[in-house]
Amino acid sequence: MKLITHNMLTSKCIKGVLTGFPLAINATDIKIKEVDFNSEFITRVIPKLDWEVLWCAANSIGHSDGLPKTIEPKFEEDEEFLKKAHHVLLEIEVEEGHLTCPESGRQFPISKGIPNMLLTEAEVQ
Amino acid sequence: METPYQDHINKAEFDHVYEPAEDSFLLIDALERDLHYLSEINPTFCLEVGSGSGIVVTAFGMAFPNCFCISTDINFKACTMSRSTAERNKVIFDTVNMDLITAFNDNLFDIILFNPPYVVTESKECGGKDITASWAGGLKGREITDKLLDMIPKKLASKGAFYLLLIRENIPEEVIEIMSKYGFKSEIIIERRVRNEQQLVLKFIKS
Repeated sequence: MKLITHNMLTSKCIKGVLTGFPLAINATDIKIKEVDFNSEFITRVIPKLDWEVLWCAANSIGHSDGLPKTIEPKFEEDEEFLKKAHHVLLEIEVEEGHLTCPESGRQFPISKGIPNMLLTEAEVQ
Repeated sequence: METPYQDHINKAEFDHVYEPAEDSFLLIDALERDLHYLSEINPTFCLEVGSGSGIVVTAFGMAFPNCFCISTDINFKACTMSRSTAERNKVIFDTVNMDLITAFNDNLFDIILFNPPYVVTESKECGGKDITASWAGGLKGREITDKLLDMIPKKLASKGAFYLLLIRENIPEEVIEIMSKYGFKSEIIIERRVRNEQQLVLKFIKS
């Protein structure tokens, strides 16, 4: 699971959960997979993300080094920043671990890099 | 659009994951026919629901390298195959083992693609998590599709487009009516007869 994906996931489909976002990450195996840098792509993605959630997610798994907590107004001109964002969003892969719903505590396993967000019928709203 | 390489897949894996067939390629052909429109949208996020082998979402990612592609499947083995297909073809991609799109935040996706389990079966046949889930559609072949239709208005970005493959037995007119109630207009992008099936791809955008 990439951190860009974590930024999109919620557990609010669980009965009684209001926002279910962000999910806490517990990582037991993290891999770094090189991805070609594409500044146009990263520039377009950043405004669509919850940056604070991304920073906290990266920090919680020990990968926030050098990543600013907030985005500067002219971030698209700062290539060093874009490369850091690229690394954190696309190159860090949580291979094994679990995600935890912030309200219910329900855990979602991550296995072989793929989060399992399946719920039983009884758990769904 | 280019056809993704599939030479990384061992044929035996298709015992558990839907093997690309005419319907998969019709969906790719529909996207190719709509390439001009898609280039204008210039999508940032594309989601394929129930991606199986991953061939469709990978073809999309190859055509739009500035788009982040993501897929879901209820079958874990399909998720792993989708990821390997994207990797084989150098597409930036991630996948989540999920029922349809239930665990995503709202209004995210510029493009949502769905080649549903559309075969008309008994209700009890659909709703599994294995290879049967890739084709068994229950009543009218629509039980899974109708569940997704309910979620589209919330999950699609405001200027997004939803592409859906159906067969005539699914009664596309009813699907068009349901989506029209949600405020979407529809268009048939492509239609083709394959043996005893009349397959078509519909596009829905906010009207």
